[in-house]
Amino acid sequence: MQVRVENVRKEFDTFPALHDVSLDIRSGELIALLGPSGSGKTTLLRLIAGLEQPTIGKIFFGDDDASERSIRERNVGFVFQHYALFRHMTVADNIGFGLKVRPSATRPPAEEIRRRASTLLDLVQLSGLEKRYPAQLSGGQRQRVALARAMAIEPKVLLLDEPFGALDAQVRRELRRWLREIHDATGHTTVFVTHDQEEALELADRVVVMSQGRIEQVGTADEVYDQPNSPFVYGFIGDSSSLPVKVEDGQVWLTDRPIGLAAPDAPAGPATLFFRPHDVELLDECAGCLAGTVASSRRVAGTKRVELEIGGHRERVEIELPVDHPAAQKSRIAFRPRKWKVFPSAAE
Amino acid sequence: MADPVLFAADPNPEIASGITESRPARWGLMAIAFTFLTLFLVLPLVLVFMEASRKGLGYFFETLGEPDTLSAIHLTLLVAAISVPLNLVFGVAAAWAIAKFEFKGKAFLTTLVDLPFSVSPVISGLVYVLLFGAQSALGPWLKANGIEILFAVPGIVLATVFVTFPFVARELIPLMEEQGTGDEEAAISLGANGWQTFWYVTLPNIKWGLLYGVLLCNARAMGEFGAVSVVSGHIRGQTNTMPLHVEILYNEYNAAGAFAVASLLAGLALVTLALKTLLEMRYGAEIAATRGH
Ligand SMILES: Nc1ncnc2c1ncn2[C@@H]1O[C@H](COP(=O)(O)OP(=O)(O)OP(=O)(O)O)[C@@H](O)[C@H]1O
Ligand SMILES: [Mg+2]
Repeated sequence: MQVRVENVRKEFDTFPALHDVSLDIRSGELIALLGPSGSGKTTLLRLIAGLEQPTIGKIFFGDDDASERSIRERNVGFVFQHYALFRHMTVADNIGFGLKVRPSATRPPAEEIRRRASTLLDLVQLSGLEKRYPAQLSGGQRQRVALARAMAIEPKVLLLDEPFGALDAQVRRELRRWLREIHDATGHTTVFVTHDQEEALELADRVVVMSQGRIEQVGTADEVYDQPNSPFVYGFIGDSSSLPVKVEDGQVWLTDRPIGLAAPDAPAGPATLFFRPHDVELLDECAGCLAGTVASSRRVAGTKRVELEIGGHRERVEIELPVDHPAAQKSRIAFRPRKWKVFPSAAE
Repeated sequence: MADPVLFAADPNPEIASGITESRPARWGLMAIAFTFLTLFLVLPLVLVFMEASRKGLGYFFETLGEPDTLSAIHLTLLVAAISVPLNLVFGVAAAWAIAKFEFKGKAFLTTLVDLPFSVSPVISGLVYVLLFGAQSALGPWLKANGIEILFAVPGIVLATVFVTFPFVARELIPLMEEQGTGDEEAAISLGANGWQTFWYVTLPNIKWGLLYGVLLCNARAMGEFGAVSVVSGHIRGQTNTMPLHVEILYNEYNAAGAFAVASLLAGLALVTLALKTLLEMRYGAEIAATRGH
């Protein structure tokens, strides 16, 4: 099932939680909504589910306008951030709930419901826990029951709100791989919310980066990482260093000197230079490059990160060095980013 | 997130609780509580039963068997049987509206629910006299159509409903507010309709609170004196409820009779309490679980 969000705006009272958001979700796709807290991820997900109505704009399921469909008719499986399992029902009853409340014409017999619940429990690797109550499960187990419950209604679209939010890193990684497997096996169109970029980049076919109620960029993990289209995305996805510069004569200038980076397409004027700390080329001679004195250095896993003070205003940027690089405090290092981007300052 | 299973498994709950007052302080507090309860609650109750049986058990049952007394018992049960279900429905509806929806005038509605608690029952009764009495705007019309409200069963039911309205709603509002709308949203997203959501999800979540509210509501419905006294007209054998009957007997210097009926009322209250305690013992863990999450 393809889902299309068209120019949706959502206001709570008068506060706009989403401004003019448009998004095409392809059938069978696993897509991640990624953004900082309060950026409107949950709101967008709830709009797709029909738990909220857009103030302006439309949402389409296939070719049908979803606003004419009730939540029930949309047939979405929603996994809530805090599970929302029915605490007075056993695991099996929780999973079977969606089938039990169907109109009698389409409701499977009780025996069939039980059978399907235990098939789903196998799928989420919780066989044998049918009789437990939610309070008797661990967080990760509850999460999986919530997912099984949502899948029991054979949804056309599966929506997950921070599915692994409350779990520790180890379990997260495990469930992440497992969700990908389930997605590939069932082929549901799946949208999941996360504020963990590693999770989004690793798991999703495409990532939707959101900020302050807007979609900043939509693309594959490689696209949003290698070609960020805004300062926000550059800063939010992966590590980045930035430096205030200016563009003149198709060159990037740091205060009064060009730094050897040609930017023929960038508009002249003040701008911000972004690059990845690990993607720099160290130079011996500095003729048209960036150079600074080491202000601090720290060891990060297999590499060394040093903070350099650059230029007259002593701007600080971080770059990565090999562990055995003899950079000492106050020593001078010259470098040039290999991959970089300048964004005009006004756009920020 | 109190986990009843964890607490049950704890070998030394006193230490685990983290509150370790010194022994004399604990005994002192308990002594104060017990003395107070004995003096102000248990002793009077015991006295009621003693007074009731002073002239012997024969007289006790004789009083209870009198037609006027039987009629009072009957009326009290009838009034409770009508007003408790009504308030069950009203209370759930009001609590649902207040706890689960956002709307203008919500704060006002919440205050309104409390109104019967904050005004004297006598005034509650007088309101109905003003509304339906002979001097009221409705009075002549009611009289012309032969509808009796005041000094009849409908008036007593109305006054009782008014006075006992908050019990169920008050019990449910904080409970439902704490539980939020997450479970209902989950149910709806799984395809349940409104009624199924209420029946399978909301009701089980609030059933203990609801039961508790109903028990209290029932106790008060049977025991209400002030409001009922104003609207009843005290017609013996017709509009006398048990509390009113107690007063009449007492005013007639029939102390033993008055206490016999009073002991029956007190008995009803004790049964209510026992029922509640029993439920809490039987389903204690489950109650804690539905409340604690
Ligand atoms: N029911 C509501 N009433 C008023 N404001 C709301 C409501 N729901 C969300 N908002 C506001 O809308 C904005 C977006 O909220 P949303 O829950 O979509 O953020 P989010 O991206 O999911 O954040 P998080 O990562 O913290 O869950 C926030 O500023 C929030 O305060
Ligand atoms: Mg959220």
